[in-house]
Amino acid sequence: MSKFRKDGKKGMPAISTASLPDIVFMLLFFFMVTTVMRETTLFVSVTTPKATEIKKLKKKSLVSYIYIGSPVRRMQSSYGTAARIQLNDAFASVDEIQEFIATEREARDEKEIPYMTTSIKADETVKMGIITDVKQELRKANALKINYSTRKGTY
Amino acid sequence: MASSRRGLPEINAGSMADIAFLLLIFFLVTTTMDQDTGIARKLPPMPEEELEEDDSQINAKNIYTVLINSNNQLLVEGELMDISQLKDGAKKFINNNGIDPNSSENPEKAIISLQNDRGTEYMTYIRVQNELAAAYTDLRNNASLNEFGERYADLNKSQTKEIRKMYPQKISEAEPKNIGGDE
Repeated sequence: MSKFRKDGKKGMPAISTASLPDIVFMLLFFFMVTTVMRETTLFVSVTTPKATEIKKLKKKSLVSYIYIGSPVRRMQSSYGTAARIQLNDAFASVDEIQEFIATEREARDEKEIPYMTTSIKADETVKMGIITDVKQELRKANALKINYSTRKGTY
Repeated sequence: MASSRRGLPEINAGSMADIAFLLLIFFLVTTTMDQDTGIARKLPPMPEEELEEDDSQINAKNIYTVLINSNNQLLVEGELMDISQLKDGAKKFINNNGIDPNSSENPEKAIISLQNDRGTEYMTYIRVQNELAAAYTDLRNNASLNEFGERYADLNKSQTKEIRKMYPQKISEAEPKNIGGDE
């Protein structure tokens, strides 16, 4: 019989769960603050190429996205597998890019226009032809700040 | 006596955790932690109609031409090169400082001219862009370690400006051509 042995019947005391809501709320706020909702449904499958010299894209509200890739499987029956451009929620042709940039600009404050960036999210297998066309249109629209979206990594 | 002290009955906060959990799980599922990253570039403005090309002012030896064909092969300064060697090649060219008479005079004058085919794969293009950017990053890092004893990324604004002046990143992209036939 050891000195410290307590009465065997007592068992473990119940852990107080009173602070559980606080902990959960703390986590909740963390995720609420960090969350970014996806605003567009992707119709094209995009696996961005890997690169090492990457920069973070700041000020997400000033970024317009251009997706380029082959249509996702469920769209392939109607759109084929050739690489296509997606702007907002629909497939687009190259000519529509200037219009797209114009509407993106209208939605922003005039002062912010010079800081607007166009992020090109293209699949690594697309050919440069379509990218070049997009770049030419961006030049015509005078949207010169671009960002080639890439993942971190090396080949 | 007891009844007057009682006041409002206490709200049972036991289900608070459940509600919070529900919300938490919702945000956990919808959250995407990945931040968008990429290679930032600036496109040249559209050329004015009557503006003449002033390429003649640039000495040919200050231009490092990189051509990519539709088979994703590199032709650098007229010679076939593997992508893995491009970084060192570009560094050597930029940092030549007139040692080799056929290479650049100094880093400020050095220009990298990049031209790709319409049939080039995007992946290769990005790799080339990445290697060229890496060459500049290396050179800038070396310069800032020598000058200020810190890495380029840790410098303050005026120091960054100074290093950028030493090694301006001049990557020019020629107007696209269709060298390799159809896509």
